[in-house]
Amino acid sequence: MAATTLPGAREDSPLVALLKDAGIAAAIAFLLALPLMGFQTLDSGTTVDLQYRFHWVAIATVGVFFGRIVFTLLYRRAGAARSKAPGIVGQGMARVGEGLGRFLVPAFILFALILPFLPFADRREIDLATYVLIYVMLGWGLNIVVGLAGLLDLGYVAFYAIGAYSYALLAKTFGFSFWLCLPLAGILAAFLGILLGFPVLRLRGDYLAIVTLGFGEIIRVILVNWQPVTGGPNGISGVPRPTFFGLPFTNDPAEGETAFHEFFNLDFASLHRFVFLYYVILALVLVTNAVTLRLRKMPIGRAWEALREDEIACRSLGINPTNTKLTAFAIGAMFGGFAGSFFATRQGFISPESFTFIESAVILAIVVLGGMGSQAGVVVATLFLVLLPELAREFAQFRMLIFGAAMVLIMVWRPQGLLAHRAPTVSLGPGSGGSR
Amino acid sequence: MLRLSGVHTFYGRIEALRGVDLTVEEGEIVTLIGANGAGKSTLLMTICGNPRARRGEVRFEGHDITQMPTHDIVKLGIAQSPEGRRIFPRMSVIENLKMGAQNFGLAHFDEDLDRIFRLFPILKDRQSQRGGTLSGGQQQMLAIARALMSRPRLLLLDEPSLGLAPLVVKQIFETIREINQRQRVTVLLVEQNAYHALRLAHRGYVLVNGRISMSGSGAELLANPEVRAAYLEGGHV
Repeated sequence: MAATTLPGAREDSPLVALLKDAGIAAAIAFLLALPLMGFQTLDSGTTVDLQYRFHWVAIATVGVFFGRIVFTLLYRRAGAARSKAPGIVGQGMARVGEGLGRFLVPAFILFALILPFLPFADRREIDLATYVLIYVMLGWGLNIVVGLAGLLDLGYVAFYAIGAYSYALLAKTFGFSFWLCLPLAGILAAFLGILLGFPVLRLRGDYLAIVTLGFGEIIRVILVNWQPVTGGPNGISGVPRPTFFGLPFTNDPAEGETAFHEFFNLDFASLHRFVFLYYVILALVLVTNAVTLRLRKMPIGRAWEALREDEIACRSLGINPTNTKLTAFAIGAMFGGFAGSFFATRQGFISPESFTFIESAVILAIVVLGGMGSQAGVVVATLFLVLLPELAREFAQFRMLIFGAAMVLIMVWRPQGLLAHRAPTVSLGPGSGGSR
Repeated sequence: MLRLSGVHTFYGRIEALRGVDLTVEEGEIVTLIGANGAGKSTLLMTICGNPRARRGEVRFEGHDITQMPTHDIVKLGIAQSPEGRRIFPRMSVIENLKMGAQNFGLAHFDEDLDRIFRLFPILKDRQSQRGGTLSGGQQQMLAIARALMSRPRLLLLDEPSLGLAPLVVKQIFETIREINQRQRVTVLLVEQNAYHALRLAHRGYVLVNGRISMSGSGAELLANPEVRAAYLEGGHV
């Protein structure tokens, strides 16, 4: 009947409410837009002029008014549909997610493997993919600490920094190769993780977060001030580039050395190095994932998850909470260290500026947005938080605006994270199973 | 098997246990009854070393366990089902059971699982369900089952009847008797539900304000007018 038209006289009150709501939203928009958009300062050399842009304010206010109406109507319809059968819809979604996962994950890995050979992939794309993969690795590393063991770590960037500086210093001072430095950097980071862990792991929740936050800052401050070793704020430049099993990626190799392109009879192209770096980080990322998935099915991984759920119960089951937390901290730190040394060799230059608190915050946001403990969630969240802002560089002005809006939307629709489905680690064969 | 002598436990400056003497012999079911805040749960926790006794001694099969860390005490063969069940809500039933076994080697896991499923058939039906989605009674069974997975010789149960329907309470107590008789596990049971606990137990202790005020066989305590007045009147018939 009249289902598609707006409510008539009999249902006046919802319409009034709708208009009222939109009016309030428009009023708020007006108040915000007036100082933010209404005035613009023009620097004309000697004086500063003020320019008025009231038409912008008008556009914003009217836009918010109608936008709010549309949003409310859409949301109300979605809400009605959801309240009809919440359980069934939710279950169906989970099942669809599982089926997609079985198909999507191999497809994703395949895509990552052949990416450098795809026609559109040029230096910029490969470099961007490398950049994204670093964050995936950091996200997975922190996921062990925060997602699995439930220890809120706000200073994860410290281990990233330790990995980067270990590689830079070891490679520059002793001339160690990347492949030798990589495990050393990981071990050093893990060692520092344990060192930090010992005194602070009796703390819980907020208190642990504050102490780890402090640890992250301490490491950064040391890097800034320990001039003779770390180069202070100037950082370390000329960090050795990785070689392809001893073959450097240069156009003019040193005496007695064979360059990569000479060995394989190729024309020199700087792209080779980028592709190689891409595959190195891809391999590291896949190893990280494989190790994490394996650990989750081992007693230690189960103990991490149990510890996150209930520490007292864990104690009464004979689990040593200190050791369990320390292993989570150390292994998470180790992956951070690996990622750090890769970062150092990719950049060729490192300084304390790359290891500020905002990095920790981004990595933590990746883990939380992805859904604590979810490996696939980390990848999706990284694409969202790292790739999207990079791609949207043209809209640099609106980046933070989009970022904030996206965060709010996720909080409203998926408060548990994008992919929060947790797969059990133990299952018995169908033969021994019960009715379910 | 278990002997507490002159145990004092403090929370900060508050003395929760004021010199408790208690023994549990092998094969017994011993129950500890008392009002809210009498120190029943503290007593169980003190046996597990969390918090530790400040004075006095706790011995288990000849070992002095007063100063041992909790996880080492548990490895000696004491299992605890803590107050409020404390199962892992996001983990499946099987995973919960595996958590109970894993620090003792998973070599006997399948065998023990069969044993547990015979004791609690409902858990077999629910094995892949998440712990948090079980009913209260099922969660309590899971908590006891999880504690049994470590093949303990002494099982400490803290208020297994808490918040459960009378029929389910009966069922749980029946299972405790079975665990004690068939599996030869000694049981120390802390309960507010004095009637059921005393009927089940061989011996009982009454805890008042951190001190043992009475002890005796279950039947004796059940017939004692003071116990009746304090813990039974107006309760169960």
